[in-house]
Amino acid sequence: MKPVHIAGVLGVGMAAAFAFSAPAVAKDTVSLGIVAFLSGPAAGPYGVPGRNGAEMLIDAINKGTLPAPYNTKGFAGATVEAEYIDESGGNTKQVSEYRNLVQKREVDAVVGYVSSGSCAAIAPVAEELQTLTVMAVCGTPRIFEEAPREYVFRTMSHATADNVAAAHYVKEMMPDVTSYTGINQNYAWGQDSWRDFSLTMTDIMPAAKVSDKPQFPKIFAGQYGSEISALSLEGAELVHSSLWGGDLEAFILQATPRGFFHQKKVVLTVGGVSAYRLGKRLPDGVAIGSRGPYGILVRDRDTPLNKWFVETYNDTYGGYPSGAAYQYAQAILATKIAYDKAGEAAGSFPSQQQVIDSFKGLEFDSFAAPVKMALGGGHQAVTEHMYGLVKWDADAGVLSVTDVKVYPAECVMPPADKTSVEWIESGMPGAKC
Amino acid sequence: MAQFMDRTTAGLTIGFASVAILGVLVLPDWLMSQILIAFSRALAVLGLLVLWRTGLISFGHALYFGLGAYTVALLGKDLGITEVLITLPAAALVASVVGFGLGFVIRKYREIFFAMLNLAFSMVLFGILVKTEALGSTDGFSVEQPTLFGMGTDDSTAKLTSLFLGICAIGWIASVLVHRYLGSVLGSLTTAVRDNEIRVEYLGYSVAQAIHGKYVMSAALTGLAGGFTALALGQVDPESMVNWTVSGELVFVTVLAGPGSVAAPFIGSLVFELLRTYAFELVPYAWQLIVGGTLLVVIFFLPGGLWSLIARIGGGRKTGQRGTTAGTTAGTTAGTSAGEAGR
Repeated sequence: MKPVHIAGVLGVGMAAAFAFSAPAVAKDTVSLGIVAFLSGPAAGPYGVPGRNGAEMLIDAINKGTLPAPYNTKGFAGATVEAEYIDESGGNTKQVSEYRNLVQKREVDAVVGYVSSGSCAAIAPVAEELQTLTVMAVCGTPRIFEEAPREYVFRTMSHATADNVAAAHYVKEMMPDVTSYTGINQNYAWGQDSWRDFSLTMTDIMPAAKVSDKPQFPKIFAGQYGSEISALSLEGAELVHSSLWGGDLEAFILQATPRGFFHQKKVVLTVGGVSAYRLGKRLPDGVAIGSRGPYGILVRDRDTPLNKWFVETYNDTYGGYPSGAAYQYAQAILATKIAYDKAGEAAGSFPSQQQVIDSFKGLEFDSFAAPVKMALGGGHQAVTEHMYGLVKWDADAGVLSVTDVKVYPAECVMPPADKTSVEWIESGMPGAKC
Repeated sequence: MAQFMDRTTAGLTIGFASVAILGVLVLPDWLMSQILIAFSRALAVLGLLVLWRTGLISFGHALYFGLGAYTVALLGKDLGITEVLITLPAAALVASVVGFGLGFVIRKYREIFFAMLNLAFSMVLFGILVKTEALGSTDGFSVEQPTLFGMGTDDSTAKLTSLFLGICAIGWIASVLVHRYLGSVLGSLTTAVRDNEIRVEYLGYSVAQAIHGKYVMSAALTGLAGGFTALALGQVDPESMVNWTVSGELVFVTVLAGPGSVAAPFIGSLVFELLRTYAFELVPYAWQLIVGGTLLVVIFFLPGGLWSLIARIGGGRKTGQRGTTAGTTAGTTAGTSAGEAGR
């Protein structure tokens, strides 16, 4: 029995040593686990551009080639090493992979996640394992509304902003709309999007009539013939949609020959994500969002950081960066700033707790717009939001946007003391537009 | 015969006890949590093994997996019941009640029709969950902190250790009971039903009832597996609990493990979990290729699954009984069923 005892004591001792050996030793490298869809239907529109954005930024950070004021090398001086893993395989798989990243591969922080389902599953585990986790893209407001988080951050606005801003844009650009309907996938993202949009419309355009037959095709349906017929027959003038990726492309390709886009005004809350892929097949005059100040909507913004980002992306991967590239890069950038600030304050390489403390409530200028970690006790970012109308620029052979409107964060995101649904249902008190 | 049963029971006892001791004393946390997930899934695979011995493969056991998981999660969320001694039996109970009801229809079918009918029922539940916002739709919802005798813990190591010991205990009990069942008269009918149903009827047994019994049993085990997985993950959602991919994964592990022994599901499930982890780590862009390739290799070269490898190494003359009955059974069933799964 003795050897077992000894092994046990050794094991416990080593575990304890690992547990307490974290703080304030000078470090040469910071290892990041980067999670994005590398296979499956979300890889093309989100995962791969997201991964590219992260990779490009990490490369620039290690070389110190980012524009000022972010031109210091590394995270608080330490070189960043990235491990990329695939987000597909379901939430069960993601939870075990997260544990592997933290406990087996011992990464210092995990950055990424596109799907709301992954984020909702990961957040409690991140708290349990006490590891800094920066969520890049996922939209569900639940993450910080259902429980306070200490180790989890999200560096972009949540999905409420997409649909509140969409309603404001409709009010501003299409004030004569008298009725509206929607086509959204029948899963959490689509259901939440339609709920937020229709609730906001009831608040700000009470005269417009909501359809009692919004369409909810199932996700990855690919065939929208009957939904397009149903929407066409219905009188509603405006169609709201949160379709994304292959579904959105299929819908547009099937609806265009039927004159759908001449007959209806259409607002696509994440149309910006697929904009470059669709090119001139995206009909002129469709209103698109890109989940905030990202992608096609900010392509021509003239900040040094944005110009650097667009040019470097184009040089590295060919083509303009889409929303997900911006969003992953923004998550990496935010983490760098938190490390740098914490390192400066500590005078040495910061501990995880010091990084988290400096991350909370962080305000910084990202590529195209400022970001404030304002909600969820300083863990959830808010940014301005934008919508624009699509216009094919035949001379340049590239898709552009016109009539871009910008909505400040205070207009489209709830205040810290209310959940998003409460806020919209109570008539969006305190919104400054 | 009695001696043989004792051997397996003793083997299971030693096996589970040593995994439990190793886990608590030596193994790192990540490996413990992998064993936890793997063994939770193994309970469902054990349920499928009971059916497979009869020559039946279900492509829809995610139905019971999901029912178990959502039972545990909903009891906590809506009724505030987090006591595992209530929630886990409830998970098995709900699954077996549904399995009992559907069993009346399903027991009439065999082969691909059996597999597909199960798949259809499981996708009905998937469809309902995805469309119901109150049940969290595709995002699912979190499972409340589980308690045992009213006690819970926020400490991650303590929680992991208790769940780990729990799954070792449940895995041991379940595998010993299934082993006893397979050795009983009713259990021995399994192979007989597969080989010749008419003869079984002439022996005076009801084939329909025998299959129905096995079906309910496998539903209960799968429900328990789902419930335990929900506790281990702290989150339920349709995509990773009820979708057909989950059923496929269960069949995958069943084929990988082989039907030779009640210990096979636990070994196979752990191998699958580790395989996937390393494939994920080494080839993040093509991990599915590695996982699928391994299954092909197993089907081609080890038609009796991983267990046949273990039986071959440790078996020989000493385990004569196992070698002749279970071994050959394993070989033939695995051959036919793996072929079916491959199609």
